[in-house]
Amino acid sequence: MSEINAEQVAHLANLARIALTDEEIEHLTKELAQIMHAVEQVSEVATPDVPPTNHPIPLKNVFRDDVVGHTLTVDEALSGAPESDGSRFVVSAILGEEQ
Amino acid sequence: MSEHLIRLTAAELGARIAAGDVSSVEATRAHLDRIAAVDGAVHAFLHVEGERAIETAADLDRRRAAGEAFGPLAGVPIAIKDVLVTKGMPSTSGSRILEGWIPPYDATPVQRVRDAGLVPLGKTNMDEFAMGSSTEHSAYGPTHNPWDLERIPGGSGGGSAASVAAFEAPIALGSDTGGSIRQPAHVTGTVGVKPTYGGVSRYGSIALASSLDQVGPVSRTVLDSALLHDIIGGYDPLDSTSIPEPWPSMAEAVRRADVSGLRIGVVKELDSDGFQAGVRSRFHEALALLERNGAEIVEVSAPHFEYAVAAYYLIMPAEASSNLAKFDSVRFGLRVTPDGGGTVEQVMAATREAGFGPEVKRRIILGTYALSAGYYDAYYGSAQKVRTLVQRDFDAAFTTVDVLATPTAPTTAFKLGEKLDDPLAMYLNDVATIPANLAGVPGISLPAGLAPEDGLPVGIQFLAPAREDARLYNVGGALEQLLLAEWGGPLLDRAPDLSRHELFATEEGAL
Repeated sequence: MSEINAEQVAHLANLARIALTDEEIEHLTKELAQIMHAVEQVSEVATPDVPPTNHPIPLKNVFRDDVVGHTLTVDEALSGAPESDGSRFVVSAILGEEQ
Repeated sequence: MSEHLIRLTAAELGARIAAGDVSSVEATRAHLDRIAAVDGAVHAFLHVEGERAIETAADLDRRRAAGEAFGPLAGVPIAIKDVLVTKGMPSTSGSRILEGWIPPYDATPVQRVRDAGLVPLGKTNMDEFAMGSSTEHSAYGPTHNPWDLERIPGGSGGGSAASVAAFEAPIALGSDTGGSIRQPAHVTGTVGVKPTYGGVSRYGSIALASSLDQVGPVSRTVLDSALLHDIIGGYDPLDSTSIPEPWPSMAEAVRRADVSGLRIGVVKELDSDGFQAGVRSRFHEALALLERNGAEIVEVSAPHFEYAVAAYYLIMPAEASSNLAKFDSVRFGLRVTPDGGGTVEQVMAATREAGFGPEVKRRIILGTYALSAGYYDAYYGSAQKVRTLVQRDFDAAFTTVDVLATPTAPTTAFKLGEKLDDPLAMYLNDVATIPANLAGVPGISLPAGLAPEDGLPVGIQFLAPAREDARLYNVGGALEQLLLAEWGGPLLDRAPDLSRHELFATEEGAL
C-alpha cells in the first residue's frame, strides 16, 4: 500500500472542506501513515471468498404511507441557522470570481 | 436528607416518590445541590437545567397528585449525554462547531424518558462527536474520574458515567459506537449497557458511525439500567434501522437473576497478558463466583477479534467523514467567514477548520482517505470483510455458550494526558468492546471490584447474541447480587468523598 505524503493530505482536506494549516497537514501526514500502517492488517484475513458486511443486522427497505406527518415549522428549521432571511437559509456566493 | 436522597438507586428513588415519601422536587433539588457542590471538580456536565428541572419536577408532582399514573422511574432525575438532541436545551456533541445550538426537537430516547416522567438535569460531557476514550477530546475540557480526579473517566461518555459515579444523577443516557458506554462504566465502577443494534432508536442521536452507534443506559445498578432500557427501547418509525419486534422486560430479567446452568464462554484472545494484572484477577474471581453458583465456564476462541480494532478504525472514520459533512455552516452551528469574504465552499472550509478539534479532523481525513478511489477495496472493503469474520466468530461461539465474558477494557483509569498524544495507544482501549459494535450484539459492563495494585475500579463485560439483551441483565443482575454480598455494600461506597476534595481543591486554588 502506498505511502502518504503532505500533498495527499492537503488534497483530502480539500475534499473534506477543512482549511487545515500547513502545520496541521505536516502533523497529520505523520499520524496518518502510522494509523494506516496499523489498520492495514485487515488485508491479512480479508480474502476474496469472504463476503463484506455493511450492516450488523440484516435489513429490508422501510417504507411508510405517503401522508403528511409531523414536520418542523419554517421558524423551527431556521432557528439554528447562522443566517436566514426569515424564510430561507442565506449563504455566501456559490461561485468565485474566476468561475 | 439530600445526602441520603442522592445515594438511593433510581429504582429506590422512584419507589419513594411513588409512595409519596419524597417529592420529585425534593429529589431533583438534592441532585442539583450535589452538582453545585462537586461538578466544579468533576466537570461531568456541559449544561445544567437548574430551576427549569425544578419546574419539570413540580409539574410531575402536580400531575401525580391529580391522580395521573406513571411508571417506576417517574419523578427521578436523569443526566443526558450531549450527543442526544434536546428541545430547548443546548446540544453540542462536545464540539465547538455546535456551541450554543438549541435543537428544535427531541431525540426519541429523550422524548421517551420525558414521557415516562423522568426529569432531565442537564447534558453531560463527552469526547467531541463521541470520538475518544477519555473525554479529553471534548472542546469544553475533560471530565475527571470521581475515584481519582487526576484520571480519565473513560470515553466518549465519561460525563454520563462520572455523573452517576459522583452521585450527581442516579441514572443517565449514553451512546456506544465502540465502547463509549461500557469503557466509562469499567473505569468509574458503574454499570453501562450497549443494546442490540436497532434496539433503541438513533433518531436525534448526532451520528458518529451510523452502522455502529447505539444509545443505551448508564447507572449504578443493573436494575436501574434495565428499567431505563425498558423505557427507551422498542420500535421507532423515525429510525429506519429500528427493530420492529417487541422486546421482553429487561427489569424482569434482572429480578430473575439465575445463572444455574448458564454457559459462559471466556474469549481466550481477550484473556491475555495485554490486560493489567488486577483487571484479569478480578475478572477470573467474578467468573469463579458465578461458577460456584451454578454457571458453567468454558473457553471459546474468537480468532478474528484481533482484527476488530483495525477494521473499526476504517469503518468508523469512513462513516464519520460522511456523517459530519452536515456541519457546513448553513443550517446550524458555527459560521466562520475568511478575511475579505469567500465562496460558500471557502466559508465551509474555514468554519470546519475553526469548529472541529484535532481528533475530529484526524478521523475525517482518515475516513476520506479510506473511501477514496483506488483505496476503497483495500481499506473499506477489507474492513467490511473483517466485519463478516467477527460476526462468524460470534455465531460460532454462541452455538456452544449462552453469553460471552471478557474484561471490559485492558487497564484501569489512566492519568489525564497520558495517551493524548498517542492516538494508536488511545484506540486500543476499546479492544474488548469494539467486536460487539461490529456485530451489532448487545454488551454490558458492571463493576467486578478494585484492582489490588492501584485501588481503581475494574469492570467485567458480558456479550449476548443479537436480540438477547435480557440474558445480559440476568447474568449481570446475578453477579451484582453475589458481589454485593461479598463486599457488604456497593463498590461506590469505597470511592473518595468528593465534597471534601472540592474544599481542599478550593483552598489550593485549583478550581
